Amino acid sequence: MKERKNARLILSLLGVAAIYFLGWFIEQRSGSKSMVVTVLQKGAVYALIAVSMNLLNGFVGLFSLGQAGFMLVGAYTYAILTIPMAKRAAVYQYYDGGWVQFTVGVIPAMIAAGLIAAVFAALIGIPVLRLKGDYLAIATLGFAEIIRAIVQWDTIGPLTNGSNLLKTYPTLKNIMPGNSVLFVFLVVGVCIGLILLIINSTYGRAMKAIRDDEIAAEAMGINLFHHKQMAFVISSFFAGVGGALLAMYQGSLQANSFKSSMTYEILLIVVIGGLGSVSGSVIASFLFIAASEWWLRFLDSEMLVGDFKVPLLAPGFRMVVFSVVIMVVVLFFRRGIMGDRELWEIGRRRGAKGGRIQ
Amino acid sequence: MSLLKVTNLVVSYGGIEALKGISFDVEEGQIVTLIGANGAGKSTTLRCISGLVPCREGRIYFEGRDITDYNTQKIVETGIAMVPEGRRVFANLTVLENLRIGAYLRKDREVIEEDIQYVYDLFPRLKERSWQLAGTLSGGEQQMLAVGRAVMTRPRMIMMDEPSLGLAPLVVKDIFKIIQTLKSTGMTVLLIEQNANAALHACDYAYVMETGRITMTGTGEELLASEAIQEAYLGRRG
Repeated sequence: MKERKNARLILSLLGVAAIYFLGWFIEQRSGSKSMVVTVLQKGAVYALIAVSMNLLNGFVGLFSLGQAGFMLVGAYTYAILTIPMAKRAAVYQYYDGGWVQFTVGVIPAMIAAGLIAAVFAALIGIPVLRLKGDYLAIATLGFAEIIRAIVQWDTIGPLTNGSNLLKTYPTLKNIMPGNSVLFVFLVVGVCIGLILLIINSTYGRAMKAIRDDEIAAEAMGINLFHHKQMAFVISSFFAGVGGALLAMYQGSLQANSFKSSMTYEILLIVVIGGLGSVSGSVIASFLFIAASEWWLRFLDSEMLVGDFKVPLLAPGFRMVVFSVVIMVVVLFFRRGIMGDRELWEIGRRRGAKGGRIQ
Repeated sequence: MSLLKVTNLVVSYGGIEALKGISFDVEEGQIVTLIGANGAGKSTTLRCISGLVPCREGRIYFEGRDITDYNTQKIVETGIAMVPEGRRVFANLTVLENLRIGAYLRKDREVIEEDIQYVYDLFPRLKERSWQLAGTLSGGEQQMLAVGRAVMTRPRMIMMDEPSLGLAPLVVKDIFKIIQTLKSTGMTVLLIEQNANAALHACDYAYVMETGRITMTGTGEELLASEAIQEAYLGRRG
């Protein structure tokens, strides 16, 4: 048993190393500006955020739609803390250079991004986590929208730059020039690794118990509120870090891009990948980003086959196709790509660990 | 001194009194049962003892300690385990994981491993299905698991809420065997049943509940012999 466990660990480490090498290799071959690299960068960022959302939705059974809000908090925290002193005056030109008059490093800023998002989650969680199901979804969605509105509020403009862009903070292009994919992969890998550790701990088992049956879990002495609150805070921490990565990827930041549609995109990834499957979320996020940024781009532009103009193809049609995909997935592939199994569990029989019983 | 002592318990849900002041005792090492029809307040009694619903009046003593104001977590730690109605196993967790959840509040890692073996010895069927998801077990096996999960909390007393509900007659027989097994290990069992016949045969002492009150008490045999009980619960007419 122990030897097999070790063998599996070595195998997965090799797998991870191979993925890292591949990411690095692709960037060296095709250059930082190529479409593949874009997909790898954004896909990895979304993978982290999707996994953080899956932690709540798939492992604790909390239907929360606040992810975009926590990403926004994380992204802003990162950007505000890392804009170089010399450039603050230009960025905060309408607010006399802003309130924050110091700069921290990239890594501390990312950790701060997670922590501030976690603090927000802790505060929001106290009232909101008493709700269940749809009501929780509505309340978290509302909070995400409120955060977005507050960030653009003129009074705290010296902090957030109001509805103006935040820019000139360190981005993927200039943190590790030429190795941006490796950087994103490393950060995301560490974060997902931590999430996996949590899921497989006693703590994670209690979370799954709550998902399966709240009453029985409570009868076993599991404190429901405490565990839900912790899961909410942990999930938001990683959503915050993901938000910081997204800010790096985008290069400039504006609160308006963190709309609820962003949460839905992530929810879609989680559902396609499989609720309760970390590897499913990762696979689905790369597929989703590749499809939306690359493979399905042609749907948004006019296409001529000979003299024939293909109907329906117009800007925005891509989203229509996506909606259809969602419907098909929800109707016919409710378990998603992976169900609640992980990539490394695929050999196991259904029913014997894996195969969700309704 | 009795292990569990309930005095004058009153529980109300939104103005309606579900329990109108009930008192009863559970002696150590015995099987004590509460029987009665739907809505008599049996489940409410259990839920109140395990801290899932608050009581308005009355006191609950366990080993002489007043546990009325304890929360569920503390009550489980004190030594009262609950097997909830409808078994409620964690369907998407394996049998082994279900058992480990039972030991969630315990810190004694080595003893937990021993206790898992103990449960497997008690119910060898669970050992065979250790890696299976609990949702794929049969009703009887799920009931074994629910009991095993409760045993994993290392309780002094196990409360069972309608364990025979929705199970085939043959399986019900197995369930009562499980209860006897528990008793033979020295466990105290507080059993709630609608199946009065089986419960009265199994128990040492019984309380009959009607609309929030205890109307009759006695040993199993006494109540089985009682005409009122025969008419109301056993379907026999004198």
